[in-house]
Amino acid sequence: MAELKARTACEDALPCEIGATQLVELDLGPITSVMVWGSEQDVSAAMKTAHGVSFPKPNRSNGTDATRCVWFGRNQAVLIGVAPDASLGEHAAVVDQSDAWSAVSLSGGTAEDALARLVPVDLRRAQFKRGHTVRTQVGHMMTSVTRTGPDSFMILVFRSMAVTLIHELKQAMQSVAARRA
Amino acid sequence: MRIKGKGLIDRSDTVTFSFDGRSYDGFAGDTVASALLANDVTLMGRSFKYHRPRGVLTAGSEEPNALVTVGNGAATDPNVRATMQEVFDGLQVRSQNAWPSLDFDVMAVNNLVSPFLGAGFYYKTFMWPRKFWERVYEPVIRRAAGLGGLSGAHNPDSYERAFAFCDVLVIGAGPAGLMAALTAARGGADVILADEDALMGGRLNAETYQIEGKPGHVWAAEAVAELAGMDNVRLMSRTTVTGAYDQGTFGALEQVGHHHGRRGEGAPLECFWRIVAKHSILTAGALERPIAFQNNDRPGIMTAGAVRAYLNRWGVSPGKALTIFGNNDDAHRTARDLADAGVRIAAVIDSRTDVDIKGDFPVYRGAQVFNTAGGKELESISIRTISGVEKIQTDCLAMSGGWNPTVHLTCHMNGRPTWRPDIQAFVPTEAAIPGMVAAGACNGTFSTHGCLAEGAQVAGNVLEMLGKTVPDVALPQAEDAPYRMAPLWAVAGKGRAWLDFQNDVSVKDVKQAAVENFRSVEHMKRYTTQGMATDQGKNSNVGALAVLADATGRGIPETGTTTFRPPYSPVSIAAMGAGAQGAGFAPQRFTTSHSASVEAGAPMIEAGLWYRPSYFPKAGEKTWRQSCDREVGYVRNAVGVCDVSTLGKIDIQGPDAAALLDFVYTNMFSTLKVGRVRYGLMLREDGTVMDDGTCARLGDQHFVMTTTTAAAGAVMKHLEFVAQCLHPEWRVAMTSVTEQWAQFAVAGPKSRELLNGVLDAPIDNDSWPFMACGDTSVLGVKGRLFRISFSGEHAYEIAVPARYGESLFRELVARAQGLGGGAYGMEALNVLRIEKGFITHSEIHGRTTAFDVGMAGMISAKKDCIGKVMAGRPGLVAADRERLVGMKPVGAVKLLSAGAHIFEKDAEVVRETDQGYVTSVCFSPEVGTYIGLGFVKNGPERYGEVMRVVDHLRDLEVEVEICPPVFFDPEGGRARG
Repeated sequence: MAELKARTACEDALPCEIGATQLVELDLGPITSVMVWGSEQDVSAAMKTAHGVSFPKPNRSNGTDATRCVWFGRNQAVLIGVAPDASLGEHAAVVDQSDAWSAVSLSGGTAEDALARLVPVDLRRAQFKRGHTVRTQVGHMMTSVTRTGPDSFMILVFRSMAVTLIHELKQAMQSVAARRA
Repeated sequence: MRIKGKGLIDRSDTVTFSFDGRSYDGFAGDTVASALLANDVTLMGRSFKYHRPRGVLTAGSEEPNALVTVGNGAATDPNVRATMQEVFDGLQVRSQNAWPSLDFDVMAVNNLVSPFLGAGFYYKTFMWPRKFWERVYEPVIRRAAGLGGLSGAHNPDSYERAFAFCDVLVIGAGPAGLMAALTAARGGADVILADEDALMGGRLNAETYQIEGKPGHVWAAEAVAELAGMDNVRLMSRTTVTGAYDQGTFGALEQVGHHHGRRGEGAPLECFWRIVAKHSILTAGALERPIAFQNNDRPGIMTAGAVRAYLNRWGVSPGKALTIFGNNDDAHRTARDLADAGVRIAAVIDSRTDVDIKGDFPVYRGAQVFNTAGGKELESISIRTISGVEKIQTDCLAMSGGWNPTVHLTCHMNGRPTWRPDIQAFVPTEAAIPGMVAAGACNGTFSTHGCLAEGAQVAGNVLEMLGKTVPDVALPQAEDAPYRMAPLWAVAGKGRAWLDFQNDVSVKDVKQAAVENFRSVEHMKRYTTQGMATDQGKNSNVGALAVLADATGRGIPETGTTTFRPPYSPVSIAAMGAGAQGAGFAPQRFTTSHSASVEAGAPMIEAGLWYRPSYFPKAGEKTWRQSCDREVGYVRNAVGVCDVSTLGKIDIQGPDAAALLDFVYTNMFSTLKVGRVRYGLMLREDGTVMDDGTCARLGDQHFVMTTTTAAAGAVMKHLEFVAQCLHPEWRVAMTSVTEQWAQFAVAGPKSRELLNGVLDAPIDNDSWPFMACGDTSVLGVKGRLFRISFSGEHAYEIAVPARYGESLFRELVARAQGLGGGAYGMEALNVLRIEKGFITHSEIHGRTTAFDVGMAGMISAKKDCIGKVMAGRPGLVAADRERLVGMKPVGAVKLLSAGAHIFEKDAEVVRETDQGYVTSVCFSPEVGTYIGLGFVKNGPERYGEVMRVVDHLRDLEVEVEICPPVFFDPEGGRARG
């Protein structure tokens, strides 16, 4: 019997390293959109009980690399790394998005500079600290950017746009590296 | 010529460059202008209109004359200001706007016929005959009057766009800017200091001022070094802040690669920055203005400040016997600096009588230069004194009509500058740009001490507003000479006295404009073209409006200025559009089946941002039609597979999900059973059709809506608008799942047979009837199955998580081939739906109603919905509206084309007799001819009527019979079977 083979969004194109910046595809495990239609408090409490993270405030993310909850818009967050507990569905729309987003990590000393070529938001460490997140645009694409470390960011765009994302990020990385050369 | 011991150039580093093919030496730190002057080259360009020989007028970005072309081939950059281009080894510079050469320019004949070419000449002359403008006059004029040309080749350079953020943006790194930046930085603010020059320091690098007992340029270098060492400061040299925009946003152009010969390697040539600043401090300095007198444009005549800059910064004297002509004390500095450097001064001419200047040179008080002589370089000037007229031999005249504060950025949000009579100049109006303060020369404060003090002061104020402590910054000692001047705009006399050097506008032209009643400054500008060149009148605006004020008997403040708009200095389109070349123009969205389709040789077409296969060619097929007909046959006779993932999919959940759907769809959804799908029509508020699609009920409070590919974003926005604004009390949440699911149509009589090969639990007509939906399992993967049809055949759409998309597509296509079918593309999909009369956005194009497309009955009478009331307006349900019909050719011509218009058979083909238009056409293998959909007045009432379809664009005229829009299986039995 035939078997369906899974493919990730950036499978053929990553990882890559240019100058002092690395671009790697992330395997985030389950990604679940939790969009509240009821009480956010109740959703947050359920999430805390089931997964140990609470529903994040705007522009913030909670949790660790293993289980993270990232603010994603009005009344919306994505739970990353664990399958959602059924209790979340009592007050929120719980929707599987594991295949909807291509996720990459951009890291290294000049990651901030590379992103400054594409993202119209101040992502410097003093303003955009570890755990901070923002829904914005990367080039022409809507995105979610989260700082995951002193020099690293998690960037999500629509899965269908992975090729463009990688192209734009590589170009920015090259530009930054060439200026330093 | 070079002057020993002067200048901030590196004399140990000689660089060789070429100008019009001749090789010259310069030093590191030189500009093209300074290096050419050092080599005694004064002729650098030809003027725009009259092709008069011109030399450099200034030493900065405001330069109107010395525009040159840099580089070769595809890497050619035209209209580069010689005053801004730094020299490097191998730099190739060419003059422009001259033929055959700069030295002998045939087009200089324009200068001889100039009496006929004055202001308004084009408007008066080229009005007749009217048709000649586009074909004859304009091309001739454009060839004669021009700037540099583009290479015509694809631009191989890379450009960059970038974003920056700061507390304080300091614009200009002269004494005021450096002091402001030092104060703000020491106070802990996050500072960006931007300056268009490669070397920060502004006029301090061009003057002999002392600060704290040191040469000004040394103090500047020390200040820059301190700033460079601070973590909270970013220095952006070679960066011109070009525009001030809303909410503290600024545009800035950084020249990244123009100063060295290295191209490519991924490094950008230019970077266009968007800088967002909480506060901005404008310390942009001032621009010296020329005086208008006859022949004031000969090579060798330049501003007095520029002469000082060439002497002090680049160690160049622009002449051997210099004369200075001014109306202010500042011009005297030029004489003193030149005398100190040992350059011969032929005369100092001051238009004022009460002037205190001593030196080893003749001084003429109360005198004016009224004419000059010379060919391609200045030879002498004529001056008028109280005692008469005199001629003085000179090869360089330094002139100064006073200084204009650089107020431009403060006018970018429609602010108007304020006239200050004491300095006879416009200064920034306070708060013209929110969050911006001006300091130093751009604020009308001209002494070095004043600049330093004001810079520190405004930075201190900004720090307080930021809630930071103002540091105790000691004010350095510096000169504090008052700025004394008496206005002198134009010297009376005959001939042409130039105001706008770049557009060849003279005093006469401005007066002529006033005579012809173009008395408003904005009208004068457009009539004479003064200020419309690339320098935007930086050198001429105030002078021109002073002349206009005089000619119209008004004061300067009443006359007012024209509007300064961004960009402050020219910005290449390539920099603004950086990253958008080629595929960078828009993101590309690829389906999971993309590579499989490309491998199969399918031409990909763009659908919004998506790429979809047009058709899948087979060996031996010569035209797309052959492939298309074959693919249509798969679906009608066996089974076809098509990627439909691009359609919008919106997951809707919550207790009020059904209420939302009832409100946005015309038909009822709250009654839909779980496990069933329904077709839905959505209206805009104004009653026209917005979108259509299916909606599946997966649970009591759980729906999945599909939208058309094109309207996915618009529908999502619409739903959010309803949920957030119209019914915020509804408990409902929408999530886009378009990207989550790879979805494939499996259509045709053998579709179920194919599916039962991959579904873990086989289905039949009872378990999965027409319009059923639900969860399923495909080769061990959880998916969703919908029995819906866009082809009229027994069909399904099967969805799996996108990671399995490619694998499932290949599997489905392989199995379809085994059953006598295969993959089908957009062309076949279109044929299949036209044969069935199914609409797309070709039909619901934004002007049609439910009534027009024959779906008036779908607007439920039992409930309200968006657009219902408006759709009921008499005009929107009138029988004679253009309504959906089908059509078939019945005459000799068998072709149809979309976009053609429909007329009665024997009517005259004019707009008034137009009966409708064709929206979709295809060749139908089923019908055996072309068929079409379109809209015709009283549509359904005209079935059977023969009409005439006329396509003027494709030169096509066809007789058609109007028929019902459903050409195939009107009962719909095939889809249910």
